[in-house]
Amino acid sequence: MTKVTLTVNGRAMSGECDDRTLLVHFIREKLGLTGTHVGCDTTQCGACVVHLDGRSVKSCSILAVQAAGSTVTTIEGIAGQGELHPVQAAFNTHHGLQCGFCTPGMVMTAVDMIARHGGDLDEHTVRHELDGNICRCTGYHNIVKAVLAANEEMQGAARQAAE
Amino acid sequence: MGMEGIGARVARKEDKRFLTGKGRYTDDMVVPGMKFAAFVRSPHAHAKINGIDIEAARAMPGVIDVLEGRQLQADGIGNLICGWMIHSKDGTPMKMGAWRPLAIDIVRYVGDAVAIVVADSAGEARDAAEAVVVDYEELPAVTSAVAALQPGAPQIHPEAPGNLIFDWQIGDPAATDAAIAQAAHVTEIEILNNRLSPNPMEPRATLGIYDAAEDHFTCYTTSQNPHVARLVMSAFYNVAPENKLRVIAPDVGGGFGSKIYIYPEEIVCLWASKKTGVPVKWTSDRTEAFLTDAHGRDHVSKVKMAFDKDHRIIGLKVDTIANLGAYMSLFSSAVPTYLYATLLSGQYDIPAIHANVRTVYTTTVPVDAYRGAGRPEATYLLERTMEVAARELGLSPAELRRKNFIRSFPHQTPVIMNYDAGDYDASLNAALAAADWDGFAARRAEAESRGMKRGIGMSCYIEACGIAPSQAVGSLGAGVGLWESAEVRVNAVGTIEVLTGSHSHGQGHETTFAQLIADRLGVPIASVNIVHGDTDKVQMGMGTYGSRSGAVGMSAIVKALDKVEMKAKKIAAHLMEADESDIVIENGDVKVAGTDKSLPWFQVALAAYTAHNLPSGMEPGLKETAFYDPSNFTFPAGCYIAEVEIDPETGKTEIVQFVAADDFGNIINPLIVEGQVHGGLAQGIGQALLEEVRYDEQNGQLLTASYMDYAMPRADDLPSFTLSHQNTPCPGNPLGIKGCGEAGAIGSPPALINAITDAIGINHLHMPATPLKVWSALQDGQMRQAAE
Ligand code: FES
Ligand code: FES
Repeated sequence: MTKVTLTVNGRAMSGECDDRTLLVHFIREKLGLTGTHVGCDTTQCGACVVHLDGRSVKSCSILAVQAAGSTVTTIEGIAGQGELHPVQAAFNTHHGLQCGFCTPGMVMTAVDMIARHGGDLDEHTVRHELDGNICRCTGYHNIVKAVLAANEEMQGAARQAAE
Repeated sequence: MGMEGIGARVARKEDKRFLTGKGRYTDDMVVPGMKFAAFVRSPHAHAKINGIDIEAARAMPGVIDVLEGRQLQADGIGNLICGWMIHSKDGTPMKMGAWRPLAIDIVRYVGDAVAIVVADSAGEARDAAEAVVVDYEELPAVTSAVAALQPGAPQIHPEAPGNLIFDWQIGDPAATDAAIAQAAHVTEIEILNNRLSPNPMEPRATLGIYDAAEDHFTCYTTSQNPHVARLVMSAFYNVAPENKLRVIAPDVGGGFGSKIYIYPEEIVCLWASKKTGVPVKWTSDRTEAFLTDAHGRDHVSKVKMAFDKDHRIIGLKVDTIANLGAYMSLFSSAVPTYLYATLLSGQYDIPAIHANVRTVYTTTVPVDAYRGAGRPEATYLLERTMEVAARELGLSPAELRRKNFIRSFPHQTPVIMNYDAGDYDASLNAALAAADWDGFAARRAEAESRGMKRGIGMSCYIEACGIAPSQAVGSLGAGVGLWESAEVRVNAVGTIEVLTGSHSHGQGHETTFAQLIADRLGVPIASVNIVHGDTDKVQMGMGTYGSRSGAVGMSAIVKALDKVEMKAKKIAAHLMEADESDIVIENGDVKVAGTDKSLPWFQVALAAYTAHNLPSGMEPGLKETAFYDPSNFTFPAGCYIAEVEIDPETGKTEIVQFVAADDFGNIINPLIVEGQVHGGLAQGIGQALLEEVRYDEQNGQLLTASYMDYAMPRADDLPSFTLSHQNTPCPGNPLGIKGCGEAGAIGSPPALINAITDAIGINHLHMPATPLKVWSALQDGQMRQAAE
């Protein structure tokens, strides 16, 4: 057993785990943050995406001990209590989720995508960028719509803020 | 319709919890003292078990116990069953082999469960499972149904000689043969329907909790129908009587059919919890899901379609072999029979049909219903045949279909179904216009100039939803009735709880069901809660599959609402000293029509509970229950058009447009209906282009057991879709709705294969149309041309 301490959603948290424990299991089982999901065992589905030191990563692809000392944001931490991040709100408006299982990973990927691509997201880029996230319910149509709409809105807000 | 009523495009109420990571799925559940299970699974497709040595495993760190099939059998836990009896054409009942929750003497597919390990952590349970030594004596495997029927094929169950489960038929063989004999033209084709893995993103999971003090079991499980699970586990598997077994299906991350069935793991974890005295949780990983979740499709069919000189279909003959895998899963026998062959008339007026279906055991995981269940197989067969026939007859695909459409309703087909309403021309015309079919020639020429091959294809599907009239399905062999239940509870403050036997695992019931209440009573949907998925809260229900929750589940709510309204009106009439027949409920108020007398809804509800001033003899309270048994199936139908561009250098298909024109009858929430169509289309396109379960034919190993080997449709494999809705309301239920959950998966595969074969100028290509297959077909064509 090894003690792992990291900053999760702005709070220092720690827990004991086996050396072989994956970050995703540590987050779910030791920290009780069950919004991050496990959908596969080959790092293909993206249900487990979190932000690690500001980058989106599949939390099933690294060990908890490797993440010690880093800063993690999970789906529970991207908006204030009771609030929705613009990406979350856009998923709701455009019906970008059905069973909700892929959704946390999708949202975390989308937030990161918008941060990296800023103003020049188009349908083609969104579809390409979502390559690492599988959704079995929505056919992606409304997810793509939601990401583009959130991007629009966030660019608009950024422009207003700059003016 | 109001802002939130029927027909309103309301964003979903349930989204917030999923979007913020607060969904509660089975694997999220934690109870005090909970331990973890791993299953010891067969690495062989077919083998005799000569012995199981658990001693080393028992001594592993963290292990609480290792349990085997013999102990389970000794405790009286029963075998798994198929709940739909089919008789062969010679009158003999289907031949069901024994399916033990934990195999004892023989394993019959890779992944067949042999023992369960319970340990402090999931990791320790897995380590110990690997330390269980099973002495297997390998037997020969057979993975294809056709091969399993050959003389000398490995025999899988003693109960089913030659691996034949049943040899069933429907329709009139003599009339069909006569039609073929006198036909002006007969189109013949062989159809393969590729085997698929449903792959809901949430893997199956279960948590079994035994309470020794109460002698009571609780089962959390990833189920589409928790009540049926409880019934079957009680009545057939002998886990516990129904009053001692609570089944909870909390948030469920997609099902698509694969979570209808009762699998060994739920039963074994409940039993293991009693044996070990601790709650036992098991969560499948994706590899286990590929190995053990029921697969779908896997049909091989020969088709003859006969036409008269005016291109009218006069007969259809179908011979199908369906692979049911190693054991008969819960509804497996119904899928290639009553959910398949009864739809073989399609949208066409066909006077004579005969279908023969043989179902077969193989050493593969059980096959059961997957989104569409039988109807995609029927549609693919018919619509591929129609396309080939149109080419052979020199007609446009639309023209051949128009010549054969059913245009008067009700229409009795020769294969049981009685279509109640439809307008197939409307969907065809809408799709042709949306796809600009007439402009295709120019688009093809333009693609040609870029060296690309462009093709267009259509499919006109019909399906049957809202399963189903209980008496009818009972006479056809179903073990259960297929009604639905609802309870509408009005609280004293006027807010409402609706308890339903339907189960939502992505379909949005919490919103659409609330919209129905909003529509009727004028209360905001925020005041309505939908309760489902727990046998302690909802008395009984049949669950969600076959696009039945709208047509059947909501009809039950309508019936309960009728009763609630009637009582509320009586109370209001009494309070306002008016005649009951003058009372109307509008925008949240209960009014006396034509006067300014009115009471807010909540005051009527409150009056029902204070009971200070009720009509004499009336019971207090405002809560009503109803069961709704449908009078017929519903018949959604539509037309899909796919346009593709193929790169001849690589064989890769790009979908340049996909048009769906559907008639679902009345629609409660277009936003949600569109989402259902999108998701269905993605699965159908996946089947047509990407997905295929493959077993090694020699040793029966599953070759496609991960997302590296099984191609799931991803965002960049798919286009955005163009949808439209036509509406012929369903006359058979109070809301006029037909169901929309499966259409996309049913109608899309033939449209795509028709488009691809159109692009590359051949008649036949089996799914999935991978780049290799398409490229090879192009090379063959070039070689043939060169040789000619
Ligand atoms: S669970 Fe991490 S990618 Fe699937
Ligand atoms: S919403 Fe169900 S997997 Fe994406």
